[in-house]
Amino acid sequence: MPILAGSLTLIVLLAALPAGSADEKHISIYAPSASYSVPVADHDGREYIGLLELLEPLGNVSAKTDGPRWKLRFRDTDAEFIQGRDRAKVRGKEAALFRPFILENGRGLVPVAALSSLLPKLAGGPVTFNEPSRRLFIGNVATRFTADLSHTNPTRLILNFSAPVNPTIATEPGRLRMTFRREPVVSSAPTMRFDDPIIPSASYSEGNGAAELDINSTAPIMASFSNGNKTITITAIAQAAQATPSPAAPPVQAPGNAGAPPVSNLPAPGAAPIPTPRHYVIVVDASHGGDDHGVSLAGTLLEKDVALGIARRLRQELENRGVSALVIRDSDTNLTADQRAIFTNTSRPLLYVAIHAASDGHGVRLYTSLLPAGAPNNGPFTSWDIAQFPFIASSQSAAAAVAAELRRKQIPNRTLRTPLRPLNNVATAAIALEVAPIGTNIGDLASPPFQQSLAAILADGIVSARARLEASR
Amino acid sequence: MIPRQLIIGVAFLLIGALGLTIYAFRMRGRVTQVSSEATDVRPVAAPAQGPPERVTFYVARDDAGVLHPQIVNIPLPAARQQRAEELLRALVSTYLDKNSTHPIPAGSEIRAVYLIDPGLAVIDLNPVFANGHRSGVLEEELTVTSLIETLTTNLPGILKVKILVDGKERETLAGHADLSTFYDAAAVAQLVQEMQTSP
Repeated sequence: MPILAGSLTLIVLLAALPAGSADEKHISIYAPSASYSVPVADHDGREYIGLLELLEPLGNVSAKTDGPRWKLRFRDTDAEFIQGRDRAKVRGKEAALFRPFILENGRGLVPVAALSSLLPKLAGGPVTFNEPSRRLFIGNVATRFTADLSHTNPTRLILNFSAPVNPTIATEPGRLRMTFRREPVVSSAPTMRFDDPIIPSASYSEGNGAAELDINSTAPIMASFSNGNKTITITAIAQAAQATPSPAAPPVQAPGNAGAPPVSNLPAPGAAPIPTPRHYVIVVDASHGGDDHGVSLAGTLLEKDVALGIARRLRQELENRGVSALVIRDSDTNLTADQRAIFTNTSRPLLYVAIHAASDGHGVRLYTSLLPAGAPNNGPFTSWDIAQFPFIASSQSAAAAVAAELRRKQIPNRTLRTPLRPLNNVATAAIALEVAPIGTNIGDLASPPFQQSLAAILADGIVSARARLEASR
Repeated sequence: MIPRQLIIGVAFLLIGALGLTIYAFRMRGRVTQVSSEATDVRPVAAPAQGPPERVTFYVARDDAGVLHPQIVNIPLPAARQQRAEELLRALVSTYLDKNSTHPIPAGSEIRAVYLIDPGLAVIDLNPVFANGHRSGVLEEELTVTSLIETLTTNLPGILKVKILVDGKERETLAGHADLSTFYDAAAVAQLVQEMQTSP
């Protein structure tokens, strides 16, 4: 009953998750130097965009307001816009805006419809603007892909991209959806048919600054990344692998994809449960997510992205070792600490592992929960704030095992207790890892080889703690 | 012909009205004077001072990721609550120093410290302290434990500590350290023992 009640609570909580910024209108801009998105504003039923926001990531830009005139300088190009006029002057020549220019609190807004003609004059070079899908390509930056189905057992669909990709992956019964928001992925084929009973088709679509690739399936499928994130392999999971694994169960891995972080469409937040739920030994939690970026590690490198990368690779390394693992946050979604704890507690894993990243210090800091010094006395009830209390010895044992493995591989590490949620709300062994660069290059945190080798060490440490965790349970 | 008695009566009434008007004006002036005295926000006395006392600060050092006990002499008032506030303000001022080993944002302040019997202390930080604090598990933990251990070491009898920001409860200091909970002073003391040595 408690599990059922907990699951229902979780489903209600997850259903109540905000849709985020998906409904907000924005244009995605893909350029050789940067990929980013800019919000779109509606004025008199027409779409407008802030020209300064659009140009800022592309180069030096400045603007000056002079009464109704708005003078813009981008790189070495001068342009002049006048409030209410539907024409502008770029390099001294007239340029059509099709709708009146709007000057709003010193901010210059141009009609979205004018971007195709205006931007080549300002930025130079080829500019392709797909207005219905709000995707703007500056230069030859498009990433193309091929889809090849292999009728092996299990069935595999191999997607090869011309550049590395890191899509957001969402799953639901019968479909795995990859959303490419930062990558300039394009396809000329809206529908791909594969003549296969497990993966019969895939469909490609674009909208609101993103490209989406839906893989339709009649059985659970998972995605694995390889080849420096240029290849995504969609694999049908064998029915046998869905059952509760025994300690000797074979690893669930896409063959030939060493180094690939798999993404499964088995139970995950936002996904409907499948008929035969799998029991996970380890729950890996990529911290932060959505509009909670965590630490800004360097430039555009965010803690939430590093945490997700390491979490996915740790799951793969654990699966490679025959330990079933689940990543709680498997996309760029914000989950509260309570949601993370509820999901973990209802999954009843042996160990919860939260992943954080930091730019200060070196190596890995391991944390267990900071709990009150004395034993609680709540009778038969467990306080949510100290649910970790009965498991703290197991948590410290797991942290010690991982620390020993890190020491063995000469990775600097330190173990501490910390007031970090949701560690104290988790009713199983629980640790948090804060990963800092080993050397002086913060960029290493995002590098796939670094993440992969670290994930392998962490997985070895977790596997070495498994027997003790099972015994303590 | 107006009766004489009526003229005399009206004259008395006019004199009375004039007298009351003069009295009312004088009273109004006094009220204004009293009101301006009541709303005078100028400090009535210098900040609470006292003889210099020997206290222990637990100072965070980012380079080694440790808390380091440091004996200092600072003037402290006699009243317990004011002592708590002055103590933490002195600690915060060391972090605001340009040579700080654990910098916190300029403008960070301790708004107040409330001591509630039995054994609860509530530290109220200003918004700048939390909003501008660097994010990170260890960095935030160092700040929280430094404040709590400095307070509980120098003011015995505090068993639990709660941290507020701008008088309100907040989930975390800067994305990591939990501020929704009541910190157990004994548990923090044990943690500080661990944090005094770098790996």
